[in-house]
Amino acid sequence: MKAEPVLQARGLNKRYGRVVALDNADFDLMPDEILAVIGDNGAGKSTLIKALTGAVIPDFGEIRLNGQPVAFKSPIEARHRGIETVYQNLAVSPALSIADNVFLGREKRREDWIGRIFRTLDRGYMQREARRHLSDLGLLTIQNINQPVETLSGGQRQGVAVARAAAFGSRVVIMDEPTAALGVKESRKVLELMERLKARGLPIVLISHNMPHVFEVADRIHIHRLGKRIAVIDPKRHSMSDAVAIMTGAMAPPEDEAA
Amino acid sequence: MSDNQSGSALAERGLQGADQSVASFDEGDVGIVRRMQGFLHRFPTMVPFIVLLAGVLIFSFAAPGKFFAPFNFSLVLQQVTIIAILGVAQTLVILTAGIDLSVGMIMILASVVMGRTAVVYGVPVEIAFPLGLAVGTACGLLNGLIVTLLRLPPFIVTLGTWSIFGALNVWYSRSETIRQQDMDANAPFLQVTGTVMKPYSFFSQTFGLDLPFLKGWVLTYGSVVMIIVALVIWYILNKTAFGRHVYATGDDPDSARLAGINTTKTLIGVYTLAGFICAIAAWVLIGRIGGVSPQAGQTANLDSITAVVIGGTSLFGGRGSIIGTLIGALIVGVFRNGLALSGLELLWQDFAVGVLIIVAVTIDQWIRKLST
Repeated sequence: MKAEPVLQARGLNKRYGRVVALDNADFDLMPDEILAVIGDNGAGKSTLIKALTGAVIPDFGEIRLNGQPVAFKSPIEARHRGIETVYQNLAVSPALSIADNVFLGREKRREDWIGRIFRTLDRGYMQREARRHLSDLGLLTIQNINQPVETLSGGQRQGVAVARAAAFGSRVVIMDEPTAALGVKESRKVLELMERLKARGLPIVLISHNMPHVFEVADRIHIHRLGKRIAVIDPKRHSMSDAVAIMTGAMAPPEDEAA
Repeated sequence: MSDNQSGSALAERGLQGADQSVASFDEGDVGIVRRMQGFLHRFPTMVPFIVLLAGVLIFSFAAPGKFFAPFNFSLVLQQVTIIAILGVAQTLVILTAGIDLSVGMIMILASVVMGRTAVVYGVPVEIAFPLGLAVGTACGLLNGLIVTLLRLPPFIVTLGTWSIFGALNVWYSRSETIRQQDMDANAPFLQVTGTVMKPYSFFSQTFGLDLPFLKGWVLTYGSVVMIIVALVIWYILNKTAFGRHVYATGDDPDSARLAGINTTKTLIGVYTLAGFICAIAAWVLIGRIGGVSPQAGQTANLDSITAVVIGGTSLFGGRGSIIGTLIGALIVGVFRNGLALSGLELLWQDFAVGVLIIVAVTIDQWIRKLST
């Protein structure tokens, strides 16, 4: 545990009028781990994640990426620094093709003079790369890289969103409720995807309400309550009911691991 | 103490023997209607294309000898040219789930600026023409800025600017028309789009090719402009990042933003480009009517929307194509022309166009049901 955190936050504060969404919140993501973030509704975990990804600018507090202080003004800035987020609502465009979606907002232009003058897209490259990323993640069921995303099942769509994050996330992948809208089998697929990403050396932040999923894949669990981190627990030493009890305030956070 | 690892494994033990494929479709027992829906979903341009073919077929029998002739087809093409160009502009806007009620008025205003500046104020056409293009583009930019910065519905914004551009049109034109003779004397370039060419003699004289199927066709330069505009916009929509962003913005603006697309910039770009295309349409309009009239093209706004909708572009954004709009414009032209040649009164043309619109939107809704 002596390694340097990949993504770290200290004393984040964010108020919306009278509502305190973040109250001196801390956060640590270590290399090569899956860190689950859990918390009751309104605990401020989505504000925390938004602050880490530039979607919300904290009132004060410090965020460090690989030890360097950063201040993201937009999600795009966070993405440029290698932090990719898979949003709950997927952020895919249903009518566009899989390849178009993987490269949406980051289209690759042809490098020859045609591309420079007429800004022509390099379709061939984008299709090859999209297919490669999808098969890297074991999503071989997707046959035609040019079929519209709306023709895919929920799990396959999630797969496209994860493939996009994996393709561009060089430092951190954040997944916001990735299994919330999925069936049992499809959830399994997504959990497997997360393990694969981790095996490739990408640390993952998983925000989820699904305790079995959290306890299955997480290496550590960050418990958020009343706008701050009240504990980080080891899923091997605590039960799900412990986690829920700490999360809801029914049980005091364990002293040794309280952050 | 730890039931952790086993929690979900236990719950999912029942899955062991289950079908492991994530998603598969039963192709076998799909009905013909369902299959057609899937086919049209993949190739949405097929609907207007079939309607156009059907129209041509019906009127070939309903008006024998008159309808199915190169000369008549050329006439239809000339009649739809302006609506098709405005339709291309409208397609851009509708793809973003917006609507532009001011396209026709921008066109008229730009034509008045071009013609009046050159003819009445004696400014060289080298300045007057770009000035008209600039005015059209500025009108589009204004639409885009209001839609994005004030976050108002495009319907309301362009309804307002339609009125504003209309007032400016009356102010600048003083409701005066410019006659063809004055155009010929002062700014013949503005009328170039009305020039007629015969493809058959063009190819035989220029390249020495004898292409008998071109005999009888008559093409105006305006129609050539229409084809160029359509090709350029088709290219932008399908081959550039901006084009992909237009579709993504119309499909789901929140997703587009999260994917890192600057939707504000995209929307402003779309409305500005639409304004520019309207100004190009103004040039074609001057050639078509052989002068400038502040009263010309008053129905162009709604006609352009009609062409887009019949062409299969969805009013809900994200779905549609330039080729569809061109076919949509041709459908309207073919039905009007065919019904007239069949000896029916004008009112039945309007009746038919109305039916086409409702059928087109019904089919669009039906196809969209497949994508939830």
